[in-house]
Amino acid sequence: MNHHIVLRVVTKILVPPILLFALYVQFHADFGPGGGFQAGIIFAVAFILYGLVFGLDSAKRVAPPDIVKRLMAAGVILFAGVGLVTLFLGENFLDYDALHPDTEHHLGQHYGIIVVELGVGITVAAVMIILFFAFAGRTVEIHDEDW
Amino acid sequence: MPLEAPAQFDVMLLIDVLLLTFLLVTAMAIVTMRHLFSIVMVSGAYSLLSAAFFVNLDAVDVAFTEAAVGAGISTVLFLGALMLTARTEKLPKGRQPLVPLLVVMVTGAALIYSTWDMPNFGDPNAPAHQYVGMDYMDRTPDEIGVPNVVTAVLASYRGYDTLGEVVVIFIAGLGVLVILGLASAVAVNGSRANEEEGP
Repeated sequence: MNHHIVLRVVTKILVPPILLFALYVQFHADFGPGGGFQAGIIFAVAFILYGLVFGLDSAKRVAPPDIVKRLMAAGVILFAGVGLVTLFLGENFLDYDALHPDTEHHLGQHYGIIVVELGVGITVAAVMIILFFAFAGRTVEIHDEDW
Repeated sequence: MPLEAPAQFDVMLLIDVLLLTFLLVTAMAIVTMRHLFSIVMVSGAYSLLSAAFFVNLDAVDVAFTEAAVGAGISTVLFLGALMLTARTEKLPKGRQPLVPLLVVMVTGAALIYSTWDMPNFGDPNAPAHQYVGMDYMDRTPDEIGVPNVVTAVLASYRGYDTLGEVVVIFIAGLGVLVILGLASAVAVNGSRANEEEGP
């Protein structure tokens, strides 16, 4: 796709706002629509768009598959880890009130929700990137006339 | 709930009818098309239209997910899968259109018949707006303190379920890794990849 200069320029302009929007959706989920699932996918879309335009090898240099594979598990561990922490603090599994003594302002709930949603986002983004790598990696480069 | 102004209601209804008509037209287009690339693209448009429809129903979280997953990721993954198979759908052989048509008509009639029992849109007495749903609405400000009740239910009240969902996604990723792996195109079909290296 070396000759697609419009696509390349537009992609370079689009990728940073997409990542920023993903972070907004991720950390603003308490107040607006969104959350880890949507944010993870939007985050992954930035890498997928980059991979579609600049080729799979460039995308793999930005997001090394070895790291992405580990992030897949890291999100689940983060989520379950919050549950274990609340268990050790003497409350039920995933009862976030244990995380902070200020139950007046529900700070524990806020912390818990943010960390848990982050875990969701990390796993979803990593799995989506891995799915793209796995599917795209089996395809030889596509010529324009093949479409 | 006081009744809304009739003029505004009509506009919403008009948008609903327009979006549903577009959805129907896209669905019919998908059924009649044979070129798989066009089908993938049109189904992406179908998802985007559904997302717009969900926004109109005030289900923004669902709309968000539909736009990101249905219109975004699914389309890309379908394209990736499409590259591994043929470009056009084969015509079915020896088809008997009457029997499938009959099945579809009977099923559709049953579905339409069942909608008569459904509560009207926005009906405060609908089962979905009673019982546990209202309980979450009442308790979230006191117990969780976040404005978005969807997030409160998803991340806190139903944290177990969400953990389960994340594990499901993780296992799906593992499954794809185990079956497809991350081998590059050169390793998988090396001879074809070498031919492709042109100017």
